[in-house]
Amino acid sequence: MTPRSIEVNARSFTAQPRPGQCLRTYLRELGWHGVKKGCDAGDCGACTVHLDGVPVHSCLLPAYRALGHRVTTIEGLAPDVGEPHPVQRAFLGAQGFQCGFCTAGMIMTVAALDAEQRQDLGRALKGNLCRCTGYRAIEDAVNGLTHVEHSGPGDQVGRNLPAPAGPQVVTGAARFTLDAAVDGLTHLKLLRSPYAHARITAIDTSAAVAVPGVLAVFTHEDAPEKLYSTARHEDPHDDPADTRLFDDVVRFVGQRVAAVLADSVAAAEEGCRRLVVDYEVLPAVFDPEEAMAPGAPTLHPGKGAEQRIAAAERNIAVEVHGEVGDVEAGFAAADAVYEHTFVSHRVQHAHLETHASISRLDETGRLDVRTSSQVPFLTRGALCDLFDRPEPTVRVHCGRVGGGFGAKQEMLTEDLVALATLRTGRPVQLEFTRQEQFTATTTRHPTTVQIKVGARRDGTLTAMRLRVVSNTGAYGNHAAAMFHSCHEAVSVYRCPNKKVDGYAVYTNTMPAGAYRGYGLSQTIFAVESAMDELARALGIDPTAFRQRNVIGPTDPMIAHSTEPEDVEIGSYGLDQCLALVDAALHRGDRTAPGPGWLVGQGIALAMIDTVPPHGHRSRARISLRADGGYELAVGTAEFGNGTSTVHRQLAASVLGTSVDRIRLRQADTDVVAYDTGAFGSTGIVVAGLAATRAAQALRDQLIVAAAARTNLDPSACELDGDAVRCGGVRLPLADLAQGGWEAAGEGACDGTPRSVAFNVHGFRVAVHPGTGEIRIMQSVHAADAGRVVNPMQCRGQVEGGVAQALGAAMYESMVLDETGRVTTETFRNYHVPAFGDVPRTEVHFADTVDRLGPLGAKSMSESPFNPVAPALANAVRDATGIRFGTLPLSRDRVCLSLAAGAEVPPAHTAGRHPHE
Amino acid sequence: MDLHTITSVIEAPTRAAQAAWQPGDAWLAGGTWLFSEPQPHLRRLVDLTGFGWAPLRADETGLEIAATCTLAQLYAAPLPPHWPAGPLIRDCCHALLGSFKVWNEATVGGNLCLSLPPGPMISLTAALDGVCTIWTPDGGHRHVAAAEFVTGPRGNVLAPGELLRSVTLPDRALRATTAFRQISLTPHGRSAALLIGAFTPDSFTLTVTASTVRPIQLRFPTVPGPAALAAAVDRAIGPPLYYDDVHGSPAWRRHMTLRFAEEISRELDGHGAA
Repeated sequence: MTPRSIEVNARSFTAQPRPGQCLRTYLRELGWHGVKKGCDAGDCGACTVHLDGVPVHSCLLPAYRALGHRVTTIEGLAPDVGEPHPVQRAFLGAQGFQCGFCTAGMIMTVAALDAEQRQDLGRALKGNLCRCTGYRAIEDAVNGLTHVEHSGPGDQVGRNLPAPAGPQVVTGAARFTLDAAVDGLTHLKLLRSPYAHARITAIDTSAAVAVPGVLAVFTHEDAPEKLYSTARHEDPHDDPADTRLFDDVVRFVGQRVAAVLADSVAAAEEGCRRLVVDYEVLPAVFDPEEAMAPGAPTLHPGKGAEQRIAAAERNIAVEVHGEVGDVEAGFAAADAVYEHTFVSHRVQHAHLETHASISRLDETGRLDVRTSSQVPFLTRGALCDLFDRPEPTVRVHCGRVGGGFGAKQEMLTEDLVALATLRTGRPVQLEFTRQEQFTATTTRHPTTVQIKVGARRDGTLTAMRLRVVSNTGAYGNHAAAMFHSCHEAVSVYRCPNKKVDGYAVYTNTMPAGAYRGYGLSQTIFAVESAMDELARALGIDPTAFRQRNVIGPTDPMIAHSTEPEDVEIGSYGLDQCLALVDAALHRGDRTAPGPGWLVGQGIALAMIDTVPPHGHRSRARISLRADGGYELAVGTAEFGNGTSTVHRQLAASVLGTSVDRIRLRQADTDVVAYDTGAFGSTGIVVAGLAATRAAQALRDQLIVAAAARTNLDPSACELDGDAVRCGGVRLPLADLAQGGWEAAGEGACDGTPRSVAFNVHGFRVAVHPGTGEIRIMQSVHAADAGRVVNPMQCRGQVEGGVAQALGAAMYESMVLDETGRVTTETFRNYHVPAFGDVPRTEVHFADTVDRLGPLGAKSMSESPFNPVAPALANAVRDATGIRFGTLPLSRDRVCLSLAAGAEVPPAHTAGRHPHE
Repeated sequence: MDLHTITSVIEAPTRAAQAAWQPGDAWLAGGTWLFSEPQPHLRRLVDLTGFGWAPLRADETGLEIAATCTLAQLYAAPLPPHWPAGPLIRDCCHALLGSFKVWNEATVGGNLCLSLPPGPMISLTAALDGVCTIWTPDGGHRHVAAAEFVTGPRGNVLAPGELLRSVTLPDRALRATTAFRQISLTPHGRSAALLIGAFTPDSFTLTVTASTVRPIQLRFPTVPGPAALAAAVDRAIGPPLYYDDVHGSPAWRRHMTLRFAEEISRELDGHGAA
């Protein structure tokens, strides 16, 4: 090798790096797409490679320093072609991944650990973030445990069958959104607002367009006038139409002002720096209560009912009001009443693959958008609407998606690349930086809940009253999460008198959006904390108190109105979940970790509708291939939720075959007629039901055809692996497929009626008053997921949800300064749980079979998040006597609160806005 | 990340290049911070590793650590038995927020020059009475105590064009018996308080870092009792000196600082005058 070349995976490359280029982008430009960008800042480890055998974060390494050296990426880790490295095999065996975006870096790191480092994985893996798994499966992979079962005949449901993309994920061959080579690719970068509220009076683009390589600049003068919402729902009327692609008014720090298209990222960035924008700064408001008060600056004057905004003059995007019974009478009849205010702060999804998309015009002139989305079909609809194009002229599709958690139920990049491609005809890529993720995408809704609950001495609830105020930020995308948040958290309790007032309020902050749990985690934090206090006041065990007051299998579910709904209790496992957690906590060790530690335990419960309201439609198609195998096409995306595995299991189960005979195509507006998308936990219960029905339709066709061939009655024929068994004869499917017969089954599901799923979490904690440390001694979770199609994956969903919720409850916090700017722009300053930050959680499943879900299954992806924070706060309350009403329970606040004998508020310091 | 405004790199610098230092230049050591954030004000990188300095040089007077010595090299350094500071070096490496993979590139000098309050190489070199050698653009050099090198968050004594050449830990300090205490808001997070006590036959030094905007050192002839040491710390560190960022509130940092001071006093008690 010559000194000025780099050896990558035993091949020599002479391309010279640019002066400021890091090794990560150098490798990706050579086509080594297994090297991922999660943060580009050395915090997440997704880009880990070996330099002369030594593991390094390739995003931090100046690329020229690799000249004359040997680089190994995930693609070159295995010593022999076609034979995985032992660590790759271990990650397959334990299925130590979900979305798989962190996996290459995780494997490259684990492969470099010595024996001593393997003894302390918390320390050794602190530089590798996984947002999906909760790390248990990764620990099992490191320790060589095997969980996957081999595919084979027999019932496919209830088995730990592996994710179909596993071999690609562990070898770096899985193709995520930007892992595509596109000829003539150009790059878009955005100029973003430095002001929380301002009118743009002029934009001088002349210096920007003069930058060599700059192709075009887009501003509000180029944007369609049409108002829309970045939020995507089956019914577009669920969200206020308050957003323009580029607006002449900016309403939060970080809002897009203009875009520069160039033939390189560097030129596009330089173009952005050369734009000269004149702003007329407007008064801003950051606190929702202040925003509703008379005289507050209004964010969306001139908009109103037509844009589906509840009260623009008071900055209210959405409001909910309802009462059943008479709450004041209920409180009068109570022997104990508890009232408190609970604050859930701003947190972010932190999926490792940032928002990104690539658009181009295909050979026929059709707009083709490859994107990181949970909702390709809804995005197609939005693009068609925005640019006045008929549906057949737009295709939207996904590669593998690197995590979503709700954040990708949003159109944040696709509209921009589409605009640029439609104007210039060029292929266009837009990749958000991690800083853009933190400052200019979406977050959970910061929410304040004032709650009052009352009960009689015998423990019977008499009244519940909630006033919920959520901060929807500058735009109302997913402000409607308010409806959800005020619903299942309340309707899970039998109580004759309930009253809810909810407001989703505009402020000049980064917009909130869909976030795992969709508003429920915030209200459940309040309700479950309040129930714990009420039980204490009455001297009743918290589990017994809930058992007395939760709905039973035949009770109506009433939140704040008696309007009929399409939700029914298709199966009921809440009683089992409560009992499972209670029993597990009783089994647990109560010994304090040392002198001075305070020990306590707490539980909380959650209910969730298995499907979002207002319809959720899926179409699936399964066809017999010429070789006798099957091809299943579904619309829903795979982003680590594991639906690809489950869809194959469901179809295989119906078709009497094994999953390896079913090839999957997905998440592409070309492959099926329609799919609302993968959100609201619908991957199994809606898309899975459509797939099941498609398989049933195909099964019937195959049996009829086989019966005709063999002159037998269809009742004598049965599918059997790769054949139809007709009496004593096995007719191979490959024979049936010959002669050009195209057998295909189609299935549909419209997402109604809906069922409910349940989750209960319990913690035993030790709290150290001297340091504020909360040590989780036991974490136990019981889930009612109906018939569990794949226990390994379902357990992983629960563990990942618990870990994400613990992040929100203990560590994560987005901090805004007094100008409304997000100051936590990196993972260094926004602490997503790493391996050593989360405990292992015992996971139990209720034994139920749902009469509505596919083959008895229910949803179980977002809901495990919901009971975690109140269970933790209740355990800390039990241990310390202090009720924490504000999250997160960080060590500094816990320590200072214990010293003060009462909860102290989060520090209002430089860098922390008092209203956040 | 890519630093798109960089137009050139001096891979083999000389001291003459130092004299030609200009705004838009940056000294590049490990690059683990420089490449972790956008640097649109920079145009040229001067790669200090091109000087080819030996990472570590030990003799009877002490241990000279080159600014370009990586944390991994320091972590693995075999120290003679009469220097019991080895465990302290490893504790300080582990206190870096960055993983062991970052240690392979991150340098001791870079950690000092970044001058963030939680920088654990600041803690280590200050606690062991390190002396910084600074190369001046005129070809000369000057010395500054490591404890005085950092002046505040992201601030230090380097003038434009100056660079940190090395830190020398004296033999006397390397013979010290040390006690280490560190805490963060999370189990392996960025330090919110990092205190080191160092006891030699003739003195006891308490070095407070991470909780304060710059290192604060207290020296005593012997190890004071827990209450006395905590009281002395409280007198020395007024509220404005406690660091305030998302990694811990100032009030908690003070609480932990006083608590750790007491713990260090107890741990080193057997080495006191009594």
